[in-house]
Amino acid sequence: MNKQIHELSVVELLHGLEDKLFSVTDIVHHYLDRIARYNPELNIYLHVNEKAIDQAKAIDAEIKKDGLTKPLQGIPFAVKDNFLTVGLPTTASSKVLEDYYPQYESTVTKRLLAAGAIILGKTNMDAWAHGSSTETSQFGPTLNPWDLGRLPGGSSGGSAAAVAAQLAPVAIGSETAGSIRQPAAWCGVTGFKGSYGRVSRYGVIAMASSTDSPGPIAQNITDAALVTSVIAGQDQYDGTSSPKEVEQYHKLLNRKDLKGMKIGLVKGYLLPTMRTEVKTLIQNAAKKLESLGATVEEISLMDPKYAIGVYTVIQRSEVSSNLARFDGIRYGHGRENFGEEAKRRIMLGTYTLSAGYYDAYYKKAMAVRTKIVEEFENAFKTYDAIIGAVSPGPALKLGATKNEPMFGEMEDILVEPSSIAGLTSAGVPCGFVDDLPIGLQITGNQFEETKIMNIAKVYQDATDFVKFPEKYQK
Amino acid sequence: MNNPTPIIGLEVHVELTTKSKMFCGCPADHFGKDPNTQTCPVCLGLPGALPVPNQQAIEDTIKIGLALNCEINEVSHFDRKNYFYPDLAKGYQISQYDQPFCHDGFVTLDSGKKIRIERVHLEEDTGKLQHTVLGGEKVSLIDFNRSGVPLVEIVSHPDISSSAEAKEYLKKIHQIVKEIKVTTADLEKGQMRLEPTVNVKITDEKGGHFTPLVELKNINSFNFATLAIDYEISRLTTEFEKTGLEKEGGNKTTRGYDSVKKLTFPQRQKEEANDYRYFPEPDIPPLRISKSVVEKIRADLPQLPDVIIADLISAGVKPADAKILSKDAAALTILKANPDLDTGKLASFIVNKKVDISSNINEQYSKLTQVGETDTAKLSNFVDEVLTANPKVVEEYKKGKVGVLGFLIGQVMKLSQGKADPKTVSSLLLEKLSGSQ
Repeated sequence: MNKQIHELSVVELLHGLEDKLFSVTDIVHHYLDRIARYNPELNIYLHVNEKAIDQAKAIDAEIKKDGLTKPLQGIPFAVKDNFLTVGLPTTASSKVLEDYYPQYESTVTKRLLAAGAIILGKTNMDAWAHGSSTETSQFGPTLNPWDLGRLPGGSSGGSAAAVAAQLAPVAIGSETAGSIRQPAAWCGVTGFKGSYGRVSRYGVIAMASSTDSPGPIAQNITDAALVTSVIAGQDQYDGTSSPKEVEQYHKLLNRKDLKGMKIGLVKGYLLPTMRTEVKTLIQNAAKKLESLGATVEEISLMDPKYAIGVYTVIQRSEVSSNLARFDGIRYGHGRENFGEEAKRRIMLGTYTLSAGYYDAYYKKAMAVRTKIVEEFENAFKTYDAIIGAVSPGPALKLGATKNEPMFGEMEDILVEPSSIAGLTSAGVPCGFVDDLPIGLQITGNQFEETKIMNIAKVYQDATDFVKFPEKYQK
Repeated sequence: MNNPTPIIGLEVHVELTTKSKMFCGCPADHFGKDPNTQTCPVCLGLPGALPVPNQQAIEDTIKIGLALNCEINEVSHFDRKNYFYPDLAKGYQISQYDQPFCHDGFVTLDSGKKIRIERVHLEEDTGKLQHTVLGGEKVSLIDFNRSGVPLVEIVSHPDISSSAEAKEYLKKIHQIVKEIKVTTADLEKGQMRLEPTVNVKITDEKGGHFTPLVELKNINSFNFATLAIDYEISRLTTEFEKTGLEKEGGNKTTRGYDSVKKLTFPQRQKEEANDYRYFPEPDIPPLRISKSVVEKIRADLPQLPDVIIADLISAGVKPADAKILSKDAAALTILKANPDLDTGKLASFIVNKKVDISSNINEQYSKLTQVGETDTAKLSNFVDEVLTANPKVVEEYKKGKVGVLGFLIGQVMKLSQGKADPKTVSSLLLEKLSGSQ
């Protein structure tokens, strides 16, 4: 094997461990060295797990004794700082929770740890996951590994940048509306969002409870599928988690082509304001899928601007309630520590739920949400998947969020409809504009994870867009 | 100005005696436990924690609804009630707003008057604040053991028009929730909390005037509720005479009751309901309660006191006896087991403790009825004896003090060793008293 450890995917690392090419300790050492070297300039990790080496040694001993017995045994991962982790601070990138050590473990990290994985550290994000830039983090922005003058996207910006800069082989993010797929697109990596209810939200600091969906950011869709099969599934601690059985997704990626698949290319998602080069990449992707056997047709869906309206009202409303517990009494830091964006959202959400406004805003938004859900349900009667760009353009420059309170919504315009409908969706690289990666979303009906992963896998196998910034390949 | 008519509605909170709390696995029985020993991420409202509803608590709520003649909503959901208070861990209380589990029921008072019930809903209890002094410093401590305990709220329409009716209504609710075994409803432990809302309609030459509403918070005894309501009725009436202020949006106030000074005192200005920014709880999917589940719960309900009383009365039992017997399971069994005997009479014998229900009923019954029916001669002698022994009383009776008749009947009964039929005695006495005139 000529590749260095950080160039290996999760599946390749597992094979390497199986073949005893290296130990778990070697892998973790390698990553910790890279984090020490590159993190100061990228600001990806807020906290690094100091016990990672000890944990790696313990797993090496396990493997020595019994061989590889767990699905992610010895695989290190990065996790967004809104997942509660015992022994590691969990701040959601807000000073309100600075130095907060959780009393319990989130279901997602618990399942990963039980599968033999090791936490490398906690990644930076937009404070409370409010945003699409990681610029609203109260611990400084994360920089895009492709261009240090640019944003990594967000809110899971640290997790996407960690995979892009190869400071983790895989990372966990959470998406409320685009927060996995959009940073993955801007950083040129693969993001996967399961259907709402597919992955437990227990122990994830709530942003918008009715759309929050944890998921992986990975080098490729196979790794994402493997991780999803570990973290998905009903959780007795999350009443909104689905009882539907979880498939071993990574073992079901056996399609060689897309024959018989019907895919809709959403016309309205090729926004008039979008750069021609981005549109061309999406149309190229459509052609590629066609050449792989799929039938691709243009379809019309509701103007995504309505989804922004719906999402903004529902999400702000839920945020205003979800953040109420940080009332200055219990977590050591007062309410004055909330940043601008959080304050803005709390105020807007309080307003939309207030007497006399509830019907005009929240109730109406819920009604339109139902319409959007129905529209997608209809579309999926004909189509196996629908595709479009993840984001209107490539990564924007640092500071782009300044004086743009609706920045996140404008950048997430193409992913918000699928999020409020609770759909499953993959974001995969589909080319470059100005040497910056562009992402394609492949979105499917609720609980059709396997189908969407298969389309993404066939597409990824037939294309060569999975690349990493050269600077961090050394 | 005359005729102040009280208008009273009641909110009753009942803590369910479930094994675990409303949304987590912590024990629900919190009384007298060391502070903060029965908590977890969910009931502490820690970041990331999610509520998972307790099935038993939902069924118990439906049980209460059915026992109070309510309709059960087929689709129901929880809502968040947003407000800040140190004992409220999440900054909101999970409650029910526009789709409670149960609605539109009633309780029938002994007078036959129906008190309509607007809704019965389920929510979580809050933590408890303790204001104390630690190391010379005044501090407020929070105990979260109670946080998340299932709490059912029973809301009546303002159909109650006196403190006596309020008390009867409350006692009936208390009896019913205990009877169906969803709570021990111990008022001293705060398992049942009473909140009357009171105002008064005052009619003068210009028509009817309604005084501002007052909500009386957290009363823990039926007597205090009665006293507090009476106090408020007179206070509101006096207040109206002074100010002429009428009820309008925003002038509802909240008052507490001081049981030592026997008066109510102002607490806070009541917030308007919609300032709580209610919205559907996104962490809990809407609940569908199928008809078959409702019917199963209904079938498992024990017979309720009102129904038992009505059945007894229709079987010939005197209303007063029926009320007493409705709480006596052993006696009810005896009544049922002896369909050949006169139910009314047997009931009366049991209530007046003339029969020992643990031994042969038939024998005792026939003895008692025989004496009353046949031995009139003996009774007549007893009556004469009593009349002779109490000349003063006889004189009083003749002067018009007819109430002394009861005393005379009692004396005859004594002589008959309780075996005489009071009705016969009474008629014999009346006969002789009028004859000797």
